[in-house]
Amino acid sequence: MGGMAAPQVAPVETPDTDEVPASDRPWVTIVWDDPVNLMTYVTWVFQKLFGYSREKAEQLMLDVHHKGKAVVSSGARERMEHDASQLHAYGLWATVDRS
Amino acid sequence: MSMFRRQGDRYVATFAVDEARVLRKVASEVVGLLTDGFDHGDPVVGRLFPAVYPEDAAGTAEFRRYTEGDLKTAKIDQAGAILAALPDGEVGGEVRLDAEAAEAWLRALNDARLAMGVRLEIKDGTDLGEELDDAVAEDPTSSRVFQLSVYAYLGYLQESLLNALID
Repeated sequence: MGGMAAPQVAPVETPDTDEVPASDRPWVTIVWDDPVNLMTYVTWVFQKLFGYSREKAEQLMLDVHHKGKAVVSSGARERMEHDASQLHAYGLWATVDRS
Repeated sequence: MSMFRRQGDRYVATFAVDEARVLRKVASEVVGLLTDGFDHGDPVVGRLFPAVYPEDAAGTAEFRRYTEGDLKTAKIDQAGAILAALPDGEVGGEVRLDAEAAEAWLRALNDARLAMGVRLEIKDGTDLGEELDDAVAEDPTSSRVFQLSVYAYLGYLQESLLNALID
């Protein structure tokens, strides 16, 4: 039979960014406590923007409230800047830093 | 005091004349702050547009160059959503919001509260009731009494809208 055999393609190892441990991710978005934002509002914003479950969003909100700040997302710098500007649109006090 | 409640897929509140007037005033003030009065040296602007890299002025300036225009437009639009939904003229009346408008109201009410919170020097642990009592004792006709009442009112209103939305 003529024709070419289908080239054998070896599976390529592609890094899955979702599985990179948090400690290896270079940038984080931080939300800081402030005396004005309602706790229920902050929880709602975390659910809305990041798709976090109510439990996770509530825990993050409590971390912000009790510890003064919390890391709400981590990843590439551009993504974190995007997250921070979204949080600013909702009036949360967000900054970006290296993790 | 007017509160939002859910009616099917709408969020509804009926405002008295005074409440509608206060809402128009605070929304207009936010628009004014973001247009003619825009000044990075103003602590209110500093709170609405926080430095994304607190220890890196150049990085923050770069970030602002790319994001601040859109953020400003979004904040003006959401304050505009309050003005657009209120009844025309010096009257009260019913406001009916769809989900999108309700979220714009939530963000706009939050911006107005942030702005007032900076001016009123609201701190963590500030007891609004006590602040109001103190201000009334000092001078019941003062602007601080009025501002504190408005600030408290906006908080109740925002919370009622949020509760209606996540209900």
